[in-house]
Amino acid sequence: MQRKNTTYWKSNLKIVISLLIVWFLVSFGFGIIWSDALDNIQIGGFKLGFWFAQQGSIFAFVIIIFIYVFLLNRLDKKHFSKLSEDD
Amino acid sequence: METQTLTYLFVGASFALYIGIAFWSRAKSTNDFYVAGKGVNPIANGMATAADWMSAASFISMAGLIAFLGKDGSVYLMGWTGGYVLLALLLAPYLRKFGQYTVPDFIGTRYYSNTARLVAVICLIFVSFTYIAGQMRGVGIVFSRFLEVDIDLGVIIGMIIVFFYAVMGGMKGITYTQVAQYCVMIFAYLVPAIFISILITGNPVPQLGFGDTLTGTSTYLLDKLDQVTIDLGFGAYTENTKTNIDIFCITAALMFGTAGLPHVIVRFFTVPKVSDARKSAGYALIFIALLYTTAPAVAAFARINFVDSIQDVEYSAAPDWFKNWENIGLIAWQDKNDDQSIQYSSGNALEGVRPDYSDRRGKNGERILNNRPNDNNANEIYIDRDIMVLANPEIAKLPGWVVALVAAGGLAAALSTAAGLLLVISSSISHDLLKKTFMPRINEKQELLFARIASAIAIVIAGLFGIYPPAFVAQVVAFAFGLAASTIFPALLMGIFSKRLNKEGAITGMIFGLIFTSSYIIYFKFINTSLNLPENWLFGISPEGIGFVGMLINFAIAFIVSSVTNNPPKKINEMVEDIRKP
Repeated sequence: MQRKNTTYWKSNLKIVISLLIVWFLVSFGFGIIWSDALDNIQIGGFKLGFWFAQQGSIFAFVIIIFIYVFLLNRLDKKHFSKLSEDD
Repeated sequence: METQTLTYLFVGASFALYIGIAFWSRAKSTNDFYVAGKGVNPIANGMATAADWMSAASFISMAGLIAFLGKDGSVYLMGWTGGYVLLALLLAPYLRKFGQYTVPDFIGTRYYSNTARLVAVICLIFVSFTYIAGQMRGVGIVFSRFLEVDIDLGVIIGMIIVFFYAVMGGMKGITYTQVAQYCVMIFAYLVPAIFISILITGNPVPQLGFGDTLTGTSTYLLDKLDQVTIDLGFGAYTENTKTNIDIFCITAALMFGTAGLPHVIVRFFTVPKVSDARKSAGYALIFIALLYTTAPAVAAFARINFVDSIQDVEYSAAPDWFKNWENIGLIAWQDKNDDQSIQYSSGNALEGVRPDYSDRRGKNGERILNNRPNDNNANEIYIDRDIMVLANPEIAKLPGWVVALVAAGGLAAALSTAAGLLLVISSSISHDLLKKTFMPRINEKQELLFARIASAIAIVIAGLFGIYPPAFVAQVVAFAFGLAASTIFPALLMGIFSKRLNKEGAITGMIFGLIFTSSYIIYFKFINTSLNLPENWLFGISPEGIGFVGMLINFAIAFIVSSVTNNPPKKINEMVEDIRKP
């Protein structure tokens, strides 16, 4: 039981850390640090850095959470096939 | 029908709906009152969270702020949404598993200490009241502009409505009312945005219209906007004026602050299962993103329309909205070059920045100001940024029912957030202060009564903030987020992800975060406001972004202190093991 919990927790941490890297890239990376450089690329009326800062990062945030939901549900099933119902 | 009649109708109908829902879903137990019986569907909870989160600031002020800040305004867009990723991945599922009622509850239990609980309660009450003051100002603005009632009477009406459903219904009443308020709010935000997007770009999706060409030309909206703002003496709309390090820290402080705001966190205690808490954060962000990706488009449209409709227009021919907002004191005009026309450009038009109206009217019919004109620039216009969203439909000459809808939406945004805040204040008092600290022997019925009394008192205090608004509302917002980021968020995160962190570490960490962040903000925002300039800031970080540094200090101190003091007791180890399992 103890070992099962540890592997579950380690896989969970791996998922969380990878998704947080993406979270950092789309907002702090593309929206702030490299935003001015990305502004040289223009798609339609949007300069890319400006778009990430004002819209793109937000779309990415939504996608990140749903990927997390999907991966964790799968992980839960693998480790705790009979989920204890919460109170 | 007249716009005013329509507004009464829309606002009245939406209020009746909220009260009806509150009556149908009133709370019968503390479990109902604090966490809605833990039976809320994740989609409904997502909507309620979105309504709870999107306050008068998001609905009324944000787009206006961005319209005048351009790319610098991105800090609010990223900062107030990115925190949900942190919530979903780092906090919500574990706090739901913990299964108690409040945020101080978790901190008090995890760090086996009533001192820790007390520090958390103090931060929570401070953060929440700061926030409520802003909501009540929003209610006041909407009432005075659209219903032409006195601001005070408007605030009192708002208080009675919130009193009814927060005190009766507790979390259960609030949750289902917020679902309705979300629908009213988002409809009211999107309808004018879609109309204006079609008018300006011909594209019915504001998110895309934002990047589209102006109707009948091949010029992109944003290119045109850059050119207009440069011509008026501002920087280009799509370029930053702040330094990257400051933008980075402000965004971070807002994100980590969001994830540490008690009224947001407590929403994830209301769903039935751990997996629902994760899902619920995702739905909440979808519902929030719908408004937050529309806001930058609204901001760009508003800026263009605003300049177009007043620049070089004679005052006597100025549009009605201009004079209406001037009458309630949120726009002012001073004819510096005496040509009877309005000129707008960069710089503060007036000395002393805020207009000080006299009772007299000038020769064009404008309100005469006691301020001396600021002769360093040619700008003749003072405009309060808060009015852009409310004025936008009128500026774009949309029909009266759209204007009425926006008024109802603004009220929904302010009331839903106020109710959520009142609930966390009352539950932290009745549950954490009374039941768990000072009066452990009260039974459930008494606790419920105390919760209702506390929420009634909190409403009265919030109402007083609305009637006698403290002049520092805008300044204290930095405070709310800074404190949440530098105290509550680190304590929660380390409580879940580190087994080694003990009560000594957590308490000293929180206290250092609190003292560092608040003294920096108080110094620059209240004591030495004239020194509040980039060259005096620590590493060039403004008071708005200092909460991020406070958070790092909290983490560092907590780990150092923990490593030289005893391990937490064994039962805490087991508790952490337990919340890590779904």
